[in-house]
Amino acid sequence: MITSHGLVQRAVFIQAIRRFFIDRGYLEVDTPVRIPAPAPEAYIEPEPADGWFLQTSPELCMKRLLAQGFPKIFQICKCFRRSERGHRHLPEFTMLEWYRTGIDYLDLMEECEELFRFLDQKINAGRGIEQDGRIIPLTSPWERLRVEDAFGMYADMSVQDALDRDQFDEVLTARIEPKLGMKRPVFLYDYPARLGALARVKENDPQVAERFEIYISGMELANGFSELTDADEQRSRFAREREKISALGRDPGPMPEKFLDALAAMPEASGIALGVDRLAMLFSGAKKIDDVVSFTPEAL
Amino acid sequence: MYNASDLRKGLKIQIDGDPYVVTDFQFSKPGKGQALYRTKLRNMINGNQFERTYRSNDKFEKAPLMERTMQFLYSQGDEYHFMDTKNYEQLFITRESLGENVNFLIDNMEAQVLLHDDNPIGVTLPNFVNLKVTRADPWAKGDTSGSDTKPVTVETGYQVQVPPFVEEGDKIQIDTRTGMYITRVKE
Repeated sequence: MITSHGLVQRAVFIQAIRRFFIDRGYLEVDTPVRIPAPAPEAYIEPEPADGWFLQTSPELCMKRLLAQGFPKIFQICKCFRRSERGHRHLPEFTMLEWYRTGIDYLDLMEECEELFRFLDQKINAGRGIEQDGRIIPLTSPWERLRVEDAFGMYADMSVQDALDRDQFDEVLTARIEPKLGMKRPVFLYDYPARLGALARVKENDPQVAERFEIYISGMELANGFSELTDADEQRSRFAREREKISALGRDPGPMPEKFLDALAAMPEASGIALGVDRLAMLFSGAKKIDDVVSFTPEAL
Repeated sequence: MYNASDLRKGLKIQIDGDPYVVTDFQFSKPGKGQALYRTKLRNMINGNQFERTYRSNDKFEKAPLMERTMQFLYSQGDEYHFMDTKNYEQLFITRESLGENVNFLIDNMEAQVLLHDDNPIGVTLPNFVNLKVTRADPWAKGDTSGSDTKPVTVETGYQVQVPPFVEEGDKIQIDTRTGMYITRVKE
């Protein structure tokens, strides 16, 4: 349960996020929550809503706006993912997404650092994040750690072995995540290409997707990448995901054709999705996501 | 059958023919990765514990467990005999399966006997039981540093710390979940 103080903090916090983006010339958008065709992703299950679906992320609509000529956009909205409930998961949660044309994922990392520093100053008097009696400062630069190196440092197998044995998620969750971002925030980056469904692969290393995740105090906060703009490649990746979804026994739903049509016109861009509730957990020291939202599903 | 999404603390499932209880549970899902259900499990028969991570598509059998209200009759060696209060059927439970509960069992006490595939694997006693003190040494102030309690032995042979005023022949109430003294009982 959130405290009344916590609820006020949450409001101040969300207003500060808005202020950051508005001051930097981003346009706030609010795209439809109920959509006919979410991006097919094997491990994200959308909530059906009268023949359509509740969005699992505003990604596809926001990229269509990029294609229409809006260069800098942000959105704070509700997203829905079935069967996700845990101390860091809610089936309905608040997401911040922003997209910007003309930058790559490395530039985006820098903008992330700026956002966190701004929030720290604005609502937290620059104290950094306090977790279990430790202070994690949010000052730049953050640690940058390639996925391959993280497996080398913390896991007992290489990233390639983990992929071959279908143990990537298990190793990442059990061995690596708890070590990440304990002293300062970390960007875990350069994911295996097959784990970046909508990300661009690196030009000089096609085995790797230009994708990163932010971790602070062992908690994953955001997923960003250089956006894939090749519509044909995107279509074939979606087709593969849809096969996986079928193999898992779910209905893959329709192909997001209008998004694929728009992708051809989308300029080079980077974008990121950040879990607002988890960020609120960090700034408030909450251990459970339940403690930063007005109501959990169980309380309704 | 249970799905992985049914996993939670306290759920009892069957693995390789044995009943297990989930003692710890965490849902996790790395970005864009698959849902993982990390559990700690305890074997309800031998107490062995292990950790295991499951995925969404994993399914579990419900552990075939049943509870019967039974009365404790007597013990013979390591066998503790109970009788079903409805149909007078009798069975015995080994001392090992009873665990700490042997400390609180007296004749005619009612208990919930847990059966796995009709084999008794444990009992749940009433939360509070009254037991007679069979041995109590007089309390000597200053004997033990800073503690105002003394040990006594009750009719089952169990030793417990009690306040100094408790004497041999008194009845005392004990919490069977913690093994702690609660109060002296007036007859």
